[in-house]
Amino acid sequence: MALDVLIVDDSAAIRKILQRVLRQTEMPIGNIHEAGDGVEALAMLEQQTVGLILSDINMPNMDGLEMLGKIKSMDAYKAVPVIMITTEGNQNKVMEAVSLGAAGYVRKPFTTEQIKEKLTGLV
Amino acid sequence: MSVATAAAAPTREEIVEWVTHSTNEVFTTMLGMEAQFGEHFVEDPGKGLTMGVIGIIGLVGEWTGTAVVSCSSPLACKIANTLFMQEYPSVTDEVLDAVAEMTNMIIGNLKNSLENKLGQMGLSIPAVVFGRNFATRRSGKESWYVIQFAVDGERFDVQLCIAPSQAGVLTGTGVPRIMTLA
Repeated sequence: MALDVLIVDDSAAIRKILQRVLRQTEMPIGNIHEAGDGVEALAMLEQQTVGLILSDINMPNMDGLEMLGKIKSMDAYKAVPVIMITTEGNQNKVMEAVSLGAAGYVRKPFTTEQIKEKLTGLV
Repeated sequence: MSVATAAAAPTREEIVEWVTHSTNEVFTTMLGMEAQFGEHFVEDPGKGLTMGVIGIIGLVGEWTGTAVVSCSSPLACKIANTLFMQEYPSVTDEVLDAVAEMTNMIIGNLKNSLENKLGQMGLSIPAVVFGRNFATRRSGKESWYVIQFAVDGERFDVQLCIAPSQAGVLTGTGVPRIMTLA
């Protein structure tokens, strides 16, 4: 069954690139939704059901780590994998993402293969 | 009572190496294109770029500064074509978004190298300027590192100005800024 995905990034370019990359993986991806920050993402999750979330860490209004914590406290989304995709190299932030329940971490810049590798087993 | 002192400034060679590494990694990984290192030099503040597509991003922490990424309109379109797999014959909002993201990734990766020496930093949201016959001015008193590359026969430059913050706080004094005048 195709999986609906939510991409959370304040960069319109990265959202567009990830849309293309997800299609290129030839994995069973259904609808792809987009949000520009954590606040928008949480509002969207109240309207839509998704099976996978790809999120940046550094974003205005609500960053990816705060959003991740809130998603993992929602019964409906506890088990939904969240993969962080970011230029952030600070190991403390990466460790925090993992401790909050992130299913994986991809550093920008990324290749289609790197994204596919992270999604294998999740999709 | 101990007094915190600012970390030693990175050398010009370190800056050039980090910028080159970051630029190459972004071009190779995201675009499958090669950014050939050209030359590097140091410029005084004052007059800046006057045309093309320019991405500007701020760095803030115990050290603070500004980074500028610039290229011609044809190269900006080529970058967007490859990133989005769509033809852009002229500069559109999406082309500017592509340059903003290239700026974010190149300087974001450079920030990771700078942080190892200068302590934690944050990045501002990138801004992009596009046009011809405009004037930019680099205020402040710090020098700028200019590192030039060639991509598909077109110039691609990365410029960086960085200085210790006063008491680790962005005060505005001595902080390099870019002003654009139409």
